[in-house]
Amino acid sequence: MTSHRELMTALVLAAAVAGTAIPARAQEAEAPPLQQWSFAGPFGQYDPEQLQRGFKIYREVCSTCHSLKLLSFRNLSDPGGPGFTAAQAAAIAATFQVTDGPNDQGQMFQRPGKISDYFPPPFANDQTARAALGGGLPPDMSTLAKARGYDRGFPWFIFDAFTQYQEGGPDYIHAILNGYADPPKDFALPPGTHYNKYFPGHAIAMPKPINDGQVKFTDGTPETVDQYGRDVAAFLMWASEPKLDERKRLGFQVMIYLIVLSGLLYFTKKKIWHEVELHPELEEPRAPTEYGR
Amino acid sequence: MSGHATYEPRSPFMKWMERRLPIASLVYSSFIAYPTPRNLNYWWTFGGILAFMLIVQIVTGVVLAMHYTPNVNLAFNSVESIMRDVDYGWLLRYIHSNGASFFFVAVYIHIARGMYYGSYKEPREVLWILGVILFLLMVVTGFMGYVLPWGQMSFWAATVITNLFSAIPAVGGGIVTWLWGGYAVGNPTLNRFYSLHYLLPFVIAGVVVLHIWALHMVGQNNPTGVEPKTEKDTVAFTPYATAKDAFFVGLFCIVFAWFIFYIPNYLGHTDNYIPANPGQTPTHIVPEWYYLPFYAILRGIPNKLLGVIALASSILILAFMPWLDTSAVRSAKYRPLYRQFLFIFFAVVIGLGYLGSQEPAGGYVIAARLFTVYYFAFFLIILPLLGLFERTKPLPNSISESVLRKGAPIGASGPPPAGVKA
Repeated sequence: MTSHRELMTALVLAAAVAGTAIPARAQEAEAPPLQQWSFAGPFGQYDPEQLQRGFKIYREVCSTCHSLKLLSFRNLSDPGGPGFTAAQAAAIAATFQVTDGPNDQGQMFQRPGKISDYFPPPFANDQTARAALGGGLPPDMSTLAKARGYDRGFPWFIFDAFTQYQEGGPDYIHAILNGYADPPKDFALPPGTHYNKYFPGHAIAMPKPINDGQVKFTDGTPETVDQYGRDVAAFLMWASEPKLDERKRLGFQVMIYLIVLSGLLYFTKKKIWHEVELHPELEEPRAPTEYGR
Repeated sequence: MSGHATYEPRSPFMKWMERRLPIASLVYSSFIAYPTPRNLNYWWTFGGILAFMLIVQIVTGVVLAMHYTPNVNLAFNSVESIMRDVDYGWLLRYIHSNGASFFFVAVYIHIARGMYYGSYKEPREVLWILGVILFLLMVVTGFMGYVLPWGQMSFWAATVITNLFSAIPAVGGGIVTWLWGGYAVGNPTLNRFYSLHYLLPFVIAGVVVLHIWALHMVGQNNPTGVEPKTEKDTVAFTPYATAKDAFFVGLFCIVFAWFIFYIPNYLGHTDNYIPANPGQTPTHIVPEWYYLPFYAILRGIPNKLLGVIALASSILILAFMPWLDTSAVRSAKYRPLYRQFLFIFFAVVIGLGYLGSQEPAGGYVIAARLFTVYYFAFFLIILPLLGLFERTKPLPNSISESVLRKGAPIGASGPPPAGVKA
């Protein structure tokens, strides 16, 4: 059987099984370069200043097209987040216009946001977004950092379980923002798309969203796409996994507890089995009620 | 069989109770005085670990159900609300989702142990078959649970798996519509999956009771595969087995906690953080890792009906092991050939798991087919023939002898270990 026929059989079978056509695998994309993340590893925690910078980028750049529907303004002052005070979060909320209603006259109306509001979406619905953006639909960013990643391949996926590599999403997002380039000569770029080294299939609908110097930082952090990518990816990771700080802190305590407990259980077991193992021929079966007599 | 002391109530209340509902003596004889072979190794602790995992899954699942909404428009966001707004909701959910994986880790080790030491053989056939039923129930329950978050992989896994039934001639299409409760995977499907996902764990708990009952009728197998003959061959379940089980539950929890707290999404698929979208097929639909070997078998066969039959057979064939294996010797310790074929079988299952995660193309399909052939040949050809041709090693006369003389059978030359009176 030729490999071509094998491939066809496999594709037909996969299609039959799925009850739907599965497109052939898109052209292999480059693996994103690994970045340093403050929240990586067993003691990793978010850097509030980085999250604040990332939030600034989201607000000034991404939020033009991307919604963040699952986040509320109050989340900005939650522990383990960007570290805004409740008053600051309320002030940020007030700068957004939120649709509320219906009021006593049955009309929907706009009002300044309150801290309990969720981030208002840039478009009223998906159809409006598609109509405004030439057919493409920008994904909601609430879970984006956990919904993206890349194939680590054998044997890396095994090592990842030990090195605790869980930052495929942020690495990918950073790579996409830095992956815009001119397409190779032999690459047929579909109209309305843009070439990106790290995007599966390379043809991404989103135009290059951010350039050097576009967002101003007051703390002297470099205003480069590389830095923007890291900051906004960290912010999006927090948006996807807001309880990461708490999880890793509790995890360390649980680990210590379980290791001590297992150690004690080991010595308990050793003590109980000691006589059986030392004098197996002498050991008579005893009812547990006899212990300690 | 026991010969151990029976429960004698001492307090007036327990004496009063014992004459009306002898639950104390049931617990006493089942979990305290119950004689277990003295030579059980740590592979035997996974039964206890499985019981522990079932409790973990039910407790976390019941609490999660208090916050989850089984509706196609609300399910994804209700899970995210558990992750964000419910106190320790992220912990409950990560315990439950990783708990499913660790439930399967434990059950695979438990099954492999049974295969290695011949625990399926006479008189433990019913015990073994109940185990296969438990595994099947776990597969169904786990699958339905995976659908509930209503992400892309949830939706498409539900579509792919329910579509398998359409391969059945004549009635297949009707069955699929009946399963869906409509003409596509939709709200009725999600609703009934939720209902069944809540129900089946209690069915599992019921079958576990039968499994333990059957176990206590025939007694545990042990690494020698030789039945206990005298009281010296056994020790009381409590404290001996209990202490061993507790230690390994502790170790198991360390690995479990590593996943929950440090790599909670390692075993999941990124696409399941994208809300379900019936209009967009993921580039690569894969089930959870614990179904991958069976998925590889399904995809390796270029005919849908035959593929589905192979998929179902690959699990059901386990139930026939007691009769397919013709050897009188239980433990692989004394079966040099069976041991080798069994290790190849384990490697083949792991290999199928890897192939199941890859795109079904070219060499991967050929490899999956070869592995599938070995999978079935192991049960249908190797097991029956080995019993006829294999030269087994001499068995110890008793468990005590195996413990005392480090496995050297009576009649074998060589002095017993120092300090031991033979």
